[in-house]
Amino acid sequence: MRPRKATIVRLVLIAAAVGSLEAACRTGLVARFTMIPPSEMVVSLFGLFRSPDVVSDIGQTLTAVGIALAAAVLIGFLIGALLYAVPRARRIADPLLATYYAVPVFVFYPLLIVFFGLNAIPKTVIGFLYAFVVMIINTLNGLDRVPSVFWKTARVHHLGRRDTVVHLILPCAGPYLFTGAKLAVMYAFIGVIGSEFILSSGGLGYRISFAYNNFQSDVMYGLILFVLMVVILVNMGLYAWERVLMERRGGR
Amino acid sequence: MPDVHALGPIDLSLQPGEFFAVVGPSGCGKSTLLEVIAGLSPPTQGEVLFDGVPVGSFVPEGIGVIFQDDASFPWLTVRENIAFGLKRRGTDSKTTRRLVDDALELTGLGHFADGYPAQLSGGMRQRVCIARTLVLQPRLILLDEPFGALDQQTRLLMGDEVLRLWRETGASILLITHALDEAAMLSDRVGVMSARPGRFLDIVTTNWPRNRDSTIVTRPDFGQITSRLWTLLRDQSMKSIVETARA
Repeated sequence: MRPRKATIVRLVLIAAAVGSLEAACRTGLVARFTMIPPSEMVVSLFGLFRSPDVVSDIGQTLTAVGIALAAAVLIGFLIGALLYAVPRARRIADPLLATYYAVPVFVFYPLLIVFFGLNAIPKTVIGFLYAFVVMIINTLNGLDRVPSVFWKTARVHHLGRRDTVVHLILPCAGPYLFTGAKLAVMYAFIGVIGSEFILSSGGLGYRISFAYNNFQSDVMYGLILFVLMVVILVNMGLYAWERVLMERRGGR
Repeated sequence: MPDVHALGPIDLSLQPGEFFAVVGPSGCGKSTLLEVIAGLSPPTQGEVLFDGVPVGSFVPEGIGVIFQDDASFPWLTVRENIAFGLKRRGTDSKTTRRLVDDALELTGLGHFADGYPAQLSGGMRQRVCIARTLVLQPRLILLDEPFGALDQQTRLLMGDEVLRLWRETGASILLITHALDEAAMLSDRVGVMSARPGRFLDIVTTNWPRNRDSTIVTRPDFGQITSRLWTLLRDQSMKSIVETARA
């Protein structure tokens, strides 16, 4: 199927699903108490922006995600590069990396609250813990795929260590680093918002949980829609950027 | 991993403007020899001189190396690939553009200057690497089985290209290859190496005219040269196969 046609089919399917949901909610097939119609979610979403508390929650969540993400990408990349440079350390770390995501990191959240207090730090740390290992794994993947001939070529061109990394290794490993960063964005969102659900005094997860506990369906669904929109838009933006980068390489 | 004694004693002098090929059985140390000459690997004994100056553990200015593996940079256009070394040297943009344009014309890549390596065939990508080397105007070009991944017809055509570039640049060329016909067609002299640890069994002079091309393979004396190379190599190749099987 051609990409343009696939896009149209995809949009039609999404529109049909949303339309069906709208009809099911409007006709009472789905009780209003359970779910409000999607059109009301949109109205609720725009109404929420008038609330200073919600705007503050959005700011708190995005700040925590941003810090967790920046730290995960930077530290994940540095650890990945270090493990690549020290094969012995890598042999020790490999099984740990392979099984890392089997560990439910959220179980450490109460512990982090004991250490850091009930503030933004524990949820930021959880976001970081979720995101940084995927960056390590993708950094290693990228560096493993740098052809050995590039290292020799660097020497033929008299590149020093720094120039070799900047001009050859990073561009070569770029697509894998990008994939790592892209996944880290999603993991950071999951970590931070998930933590806010469990035990937090602010943020989108907390606000959704609060609305749920107080039967504020319109607020809850408006916020859920907002989270979905943000994550989808960020992911689409990254995906489009990745496609531009890959097209330059002819998909190589 | 145990140390491998790859090379035996080697005594070789290349003349300016000479085309020298090295053939030998698999694993005899041909590529190690190239890396030692290039300064990519230090010799355990002896020394390599380039223009009378010892080659240390760095590649001297004036030596260009083209590898068998595709070393074109996929994130750069053909033009940017060719300009890579010049930019690293700090050559000004006007000179870089002129030299790159010359190299594009010389290697027949002019129409692909703004394309990316992924849009080119394997042979064209190898040309990009050749152009990236030529643009630096090396006095010695080391070719490590540069056509190893190409089909026979493309190899012959690329051989013609290399001969033309060799004549036009005046550089010396040392070619590592396992293809006897390629060595016989391209070279002024062919060094035949023994099985590991590699040393020269003999150096065969071809006496081809400088102005030659791939049609030389149809000459009767071409067959005599390849026969001579194979006679020298046959036992060594067998020895190498047996040693590989034992390992």
